[in-house]
Order: sequence, then C-alpha cells, then structure tokens
Amino acid sequence: MIVAREAGSPNMSKELQAPILSVSGLTVTAGSGAATRELVSDLSFDLMPGETLAIAGESGSGKSMTSLAIMGLLPKPGVRRGAGSIRLAGGSAQPVDIAALPEADLRRIRGDRIAMIFQEPMTSLNPVLSIGRQLMEVSQAHARVSSREARRLALDALDLVRIPDARRRLDQHPHELSGGQRQRVMIAMALLLRPDVLIADEPTTALDVTVQAQVLGLLRDLQTELGTAILLITHDMGVVAEMAERVLVMRDGRKVEAAATAELFTAATSDYARALLAAVPRIGSGANRIGTRGIEAATPAVEVKNLVVRFPLTGGLLGRPVANVHAVDGVSFTIAPGETLSLVGESGCGKSTTAKALAGLTPYMGDILVGGRDIGGLARAQAQAMRREVQMVFQDPYASLDPRMTIGEAIREPLDIHRIGSRSERSDRVEDLAKRVGLPPDSLKRYPHQFSGGQRQRISIARALALKPRVILCDESVSALDVSIQARVLDLLKELQAESGVAYLFISHDMAVVENISNRVAVMYAGRIVETGSRDQVFSAPAHPYTRRLIDAVPVPDPARRRASFPRLDGDVPSATRPIGYKAPAVRWRQVADGHWVAGPASPTG
Amino acid sequence: MATYLARRVVQAALILLGVSIITFALLYLLPADPVRQIAGRSATPATVDNIRRQLGLDQPFFVQYWRYLTNLLQGDLGRSYLQRSQVSELIASRLPATLILMAAGIACELALGLTMGLIAAVRRGTALDQSLMLASFVGVSAPQFVVGLMLLYVFGVQLGWLPISGYGTPAHVVLPALTLGILGAGWYSRMMRSSMIDVLRQDYIRTAHAKGLTRTIVLVRHALPNAILPIVAMIGIDIGIFMGGVVVVESVFGWPGIGQLTWQAIQRVDIPIIMGVTLVSAFAIVLGNLIADLAAPFIDPRIRLR
Repeated sequence: MIVAREAGSPNMSKELQAPILSVSGLTVTAGSGAATRELVSDLSFDLMPGETLAIAGESGSGKSMTSLAIMGLLPKPGVRRGAGSIRLAGGSAQPVDIAALPEADLRRIRGDRIAMIFQEPMTSLNPVLSIGRQLMEVSQAHARVSSREARRLALDALDLVRIPDARRRLDQHPHELSGGQRQRVMIAMALLLRPDVLIADEPTTALDVTVQAQVLGLLRDLQTELGTAILLITHDMGVVAEMAERVLVMRDGRKVEAAATAELFTAATSDYARALLAAVPRIGSGANRIGTRGIEAATPAVEVKNLVVRFPLTGGLLGRPVANVHAVDGVSFTIAPGETLSLVGESGCGKSTTAKALAGLTPYMGDILVGGRDIGGLARAQAQAMRREVQMVFQDPYASLDPRMTIGEAIREPLDIHRIGSRSERSDRVEDLAKRVGLPPDSLKRYPHQFSGGQRQRISIARALALKPRVILCDESVSALDVSIQARVLDLLKELQAESGVAYLFISHDMAVVENISNRVAVMYAGRIVETGSRDQVFSAPAHPYTRRLIDAVPVPDPARRRASFPRLDGDVPSATRPIGYKAPAVRWRQVADGHWVAGPASPTG
Repeated sequence: MATYLARRVVQAALILLGVSIITFALLYLLPADPVRQIAGRSATPATVDNIRRQLGLDQPFFVQYWRYLTNLLQGDLGRSYLQRSQVSELIASRLPATLILMAAGIACELALGLTMGLIAAVRRGTALDQSLMLASFVGVSAPQFVVGLMLLYVFGVQLGWLPISGYGTPAHVVLPALTLGILGAGWYSRMMRSSMIDVLRQDYIRTAHAKGLTRTIVLVRHALPNAILPIVAMIGIDIGIFMGGVVVVESVFGWPGIGQLTWQAIQRVDIPIIMGVTLVSAFAIVLGNLIADLAAPFIDPRIRLR
C-alpha cells in the first residue's frame, strides 16, 4: 500500500510509470437548456504516482471545479459532469473510470484512494464533533474496524502530521485549535488511509505566511514519506514554484499551458501564463517600486500616540471585568500626507484593530490626531465631521457594498450624509470619481452583483475618495483579488495618491504587496510594533527576528530558489490577556539606521 | 458554572418580581369588579362594602401589592375568592394534568416539526418540499380551537378512534397533544428547514462527504446536531406560547388542567388564581429557558457558560 519513493532521480523512474490519475476530455457544465455554461472544457492531464502537479489559475478558471469533479462532489443542483473520463489506477486494482461509477462506489473511493483538503481550515471541520471522532470515522467509513483500532489509526495520523500532544488533541474540539493546527488535522484526516492521490485545494491560502511555510513543508515531507501523488490547486505562483514538479495553467475552464515548473517560470510559451507570472508581486523585484524618500510635512496626516485597545473579559456574579485582552498595546506612528505606511503582521497581531480605532469604530485609549486635531473627546457633531477625514476600503469586495444600492448611490451616499454641495454638484462629483477609478461610464445605474471583484474594489475606493479624506485605511483591500487585478488596483491606489496627496494606512499580511506599495513599514506582533522603518530598510535589512521570520516564510515565485527545508515548529504567540490595571512596559527602541527602529529584547525571538 | 447559576437565579427572581408587579397592576386597573362577582347582583351596597373591606380591596394599590408580595415570599399565594380554598392547592391539584399535556404536546410538535423540516431541507425544491411547507403554513395559520374541533370531529366523532373529552388514559391525551403540537410543528418545520439548508452548505459537510461517509451519517452525525442548535434555544421560549395554547385546548377537550382553572378564574375575576397561574407560568418559562441554556454546551462545545 505504501509506495516507497526511491531516492536519486524520481523524475526518471516516473516517466516509465503509468499515471495514477488520468483525466481526459473532462467537461463540467452549469445550468440547463440554453443557459448551460461550461465551467471546465475538454480538460486532459495525467498525474504520476508520487509527483506534485499544480493546477494554477485565477478565480473562475475552473480549477476548483476540476478538483470537485474528480471527487464527485460538484455542488448540487446545477453543476454536472459532462463528457470525459477520470481514470484512477494504482495498487493491484484494475483502473476504474470514476466518471462512470455510481455514487455508492464513488463513496468508497473518496477518502480511501483519493482524499482532499480544502482552503478554509476554520470552517472545514465540524465544530460540534471532537477531533478524534472526526478522524476515527474516516477508517470506520471504509472498513470494519473496532473503535479501539480506529482510535489508534487516528492517533497515528496526528503523529504523522506532527501535532504536538496528539493524544490530548483527540478529545479536543476544532475551536480549541489554531488555524495551522486545524489544517494539520485536515491533512491527517486526508492521509489517514494512505490515499494514492491527495487533492489540495488552496491548502494554505487562508493561513498566515509563517504557518503556510510549515504546512507546505509538512506536505512535502509527507509526500516523500508516503509517496502520495498531490494535485495542488492554487492561485499563488509562489506556492507553485515551491511545491510542484509540473504545472497546468487554466483560464476560463481551459488548459492554457502545461509544462515542467522550471520551464514555465523561465520560458512560458503562452501569453497568458507570461502575463500571470509578470503580475505576481515579488519581494525585492525592483519593478513597480516607488520612492521611499522620507516625506516631510508640517502636520502629519495621522499621528497615533500610545494607542491601546482592550476588550474586557467579564466574570463573576455581576459580570464585572476580571481581565483585559490587549488587542493593541501601546502603538505609536505617524503618516505624512501623500505617504503610505503599511502595518504588517499575522492574524491576531492587532493591525485591523488599530485601523478600527482610527476609523472611530472601537473605543481606545491614547491619542489619535488627524490633521493635527485629536479625534478623541470631540462633541458628536465635530466627531461626525472628523469622520470625513478618515475613510476605509475593506477586504471583501462582495460583502462591503449594499446589494440593493446602485453604484451611483453607493458612491454618492457619503456626500449626502455629510451634505456636501448641491444636488447637481454631487452628481458631477460621482461621475468624476467613477471615471477616475476607471469604471465604465454606464456603471452608475447598475448594481454591485453586475461587477467583478476588482471592479467592486474600485467602487469602494471611489466611495472612500468621495469625501476627499486625509487618510484612507486599506484593510487587506487587495487580498481577495486575483494577482493580475491586484496589480491594477495597486497601481490605481498609487495614481490616486499622486493626484490627491491622500495618505494610506495599508494593512496586509502579504509581504510582497506591502513591498510594492509602501513608503514605510511597521511590523506588528502581539499588539505592538516591533520594527519600523522605510520600506527598503525593513525588507533589505530586517533587524528584528520576527520580521526576518516573516519575510523568509514567503514562498518565492522562482523554482530555482526553492527551499530545501522549511522552518519547523511554531512558537505560540504570547497571550494578550492582561490583569486589570496592567500597563504595558515601555518599549526600548534601538535605532539601527536613520528612521529604522527596532524594539528591544522584551519581544519574541524567532 | 456556580457563578453562572447564581446569576441566573438572581435574574429569575427579578423577572418574577417584575411579572408580579405588572400583572397585579393590570388586574387592579381592570374595570371588572371582583367584589360584584362574589356578592352577586342582588347584594346591598353595605354587603358589597363589607366584602371589599374583608378582602382588603379598599386599600390603595401599593398596600395591596405589598401585602400580596410579603405573603408570596412566605410561599402563600392566597385564597381563591370564590372557591374558598388555597390557590397553591388548586394549582397543585391541576398541575400534573397540564404537565402531561404539555410534555405530550412538545413531543408532538418536535417530532412532527423536526422531521418535516429535515425532509424538506434534504429534498429542497421538490414537490415534497413544497407540500410540506404548505402543510406547515396551514399549521401555523389555523387557529387552535378550529384545529381542535376538526380533529375532534374527524377522529372522535366520525371515526370514533379516540375519546372526545376527558382525562385518564393515554388515548385521552392524543387529540389535545396533537392540537397543541400542530401550531408549533409548523414553526419548527420552517426553522428546521432553513437551519438545515444553511448547515448543508457549510464547508464541514463537504469535508464529511470527501471522507467517503454515507449520506445518512453525514446527515445524522454532521448536519443534525448543528442544525438543531438554534432550535434548542427556541424550545425554552416556546413554553410561554404553549401556556396560551393550553388554555384553549383544555377548554375544547375538557382537560382538567391549569388552563381550565385559568379560564374559569378569568370569567369570574378571581384575582388570586389569575395571579397564581401567571406566576407559575412565568416560573415555567424562566425554568424552561434556563434548561435550554444549560443544555446548549452539551450540543455545542464552543458554548461556555459564564
């Protein structure tokens, strides 16, 4: 059952082997009658035993539908598998055409010979069942095993994915585990019965970069150990370069190009693949860089002094606060007009909470000055007026626009609320804004669902610009977009900044994007800033161990620079729960270069 | 856990206090005069005044309420104006019948409602789904006395399968419980359907299928516990709605429970009984909610009681 992979040159021996999975002429359709659309058209590829084949493409390319079609899990009703065959070979069994199997037989193959892991580890595990139960039922669904044996297999699987303290985990529930650990559990579940094929659909997209590096490393190690063939579905060319031996690039449901990974990155033959690779933001690429001259101005656009945001934990008979969670714990920074400061860090580090405090959406302590005026302690009307100076562009372009408002109304609403200009002046301004962010002229009367993700983000930017704010808070504003669109939205943001002199507080987990857009960068860890400096200082000479770890963890979109091994074991982020009356100890700052500051030793070591 | 319980008990006491003030005030403001009911039409004004003084109904509102509250805190619900016996004894003698009816009614509505909702969700968009939802709509909209009379007519009178009225054997409880349950079944089937549809879209259901589990296991083990969560919280609140139904159903089927007692007391403006029944119902609702909240962590491990 377990195919030991030979050391030496695996590629040579693989060419002699028959494919473990062979897809030919696969078509997936949605809708019926005249409204039938093809989501995947005439797709063919082979997956060799023990290799990693990446299917790369942007959203709507049909890559996920392909993986669901192989599993027989296409969303019902509406999406169907049309023509084509999916032949699964392997082991001593006769090759079978999965596409022709009845559901009952297909069920036996799922989880046993082909397994799958998904993008969202937070929601992919059942919240009400224990980890052990969810692992045990994999073996129990496919064979007659005693619960004792099933438990032993579950424990083995957890050990396999190197979860510390595996025995205790069996009795825990998903909410007690971090995102990275949950994805490990998903992998344990998928590999429990040692499948021939593992389909990994964006397995690390929802994870922080340092965790991503660990999970990718784990997948690679397990592949060497077990000889599982991996079909890796991803939009991230960095992950492709890091993991795959061969790549298949898809667009609009069709194969655009298939090549060995090294070949694709150096000599892509199709225009689309070349454009896709060109759009990938790279750290230190030099392209698209903006100047990092220190921008001096009399009044900074934003000045934040010793910001603390804490949430009380209540307890006892009267529900009094017994402790505080310090989400932001003594953060200070300034942003000059026309400057972009990026806050980077992993989930839970407090970067979004900082933005919320700036937008007046959460109570805080400390001082926030916008255009030199303190926004705390203002009367209602003044505070309302100050809101105009700070606008936000959020992450999810689908959720941040009211589906019942036309685009024109959405952009116009801030002007109406703040009663700016006459009716006709407002209309002119809305048209002008739509034009400036590059929306087609007829879009004002249309509704959000008629626009793509990138266009919606342009609408959100237009809405944020309507009030001519001093600063726009971009909270993961391009994270949900495909790379080619991401690049265009980033360019738009830069153009608008050059035109209007607006300052950006740019919040992102994506180091490459941050490098592309920032003048200055502040790295946050556990509610505090641990390093700050100009973009080049932070990226070229990171001084804090955490910054170094963060930059090293980003997968490089260049197969030639593939890492031999990934950093192991994660130190847990320290708890942010503090007793009542806790005062953050003063940070000892060390200046390593002009304007490049690093927090002293009271901080994590990497 | 102990602090949580202590806090809930304090809350419950405050709720009951509030209910007692509001009910007492409403009954005080009632235009109907309990003394006239007791004295009868032919009584002389002197007799009426006498009775009023005896019952303490000539006192100002706060004096009356204070006296009721101090008695209540000593466990004394007072005496019925007309039946001359302790309210607590009257309620206690009727309580078992009502509890049986309510238990049977809740079992009925949950069994019917959850099954209908589950089937409708799994067969979403089919004719079966549509007919089940039509049936639930009828169940929600039909007044209970109409449902009760129809069931009585069909199964009691025409078919003669079940007794039409009375109390004592399991057969007697079927029609009243069904009448009570049909309204709730309509609500629960709709809630269950939408909750279940929501759960079936979740990522973990896809994961469960990807593991190769059978459809039945995915439904029963993975979907059902998640879908039922919001419904458990509803059951606690539902007891209040149930009390209203009990009054109607007990009258239709001649069920000797608290509902009938209440009905008679309202007709005769027997204030101590109305007060007593209201407080007992409020207590039942508070208790039902507490039980539902205490049960939640057993279904969903993410819930912590603090």
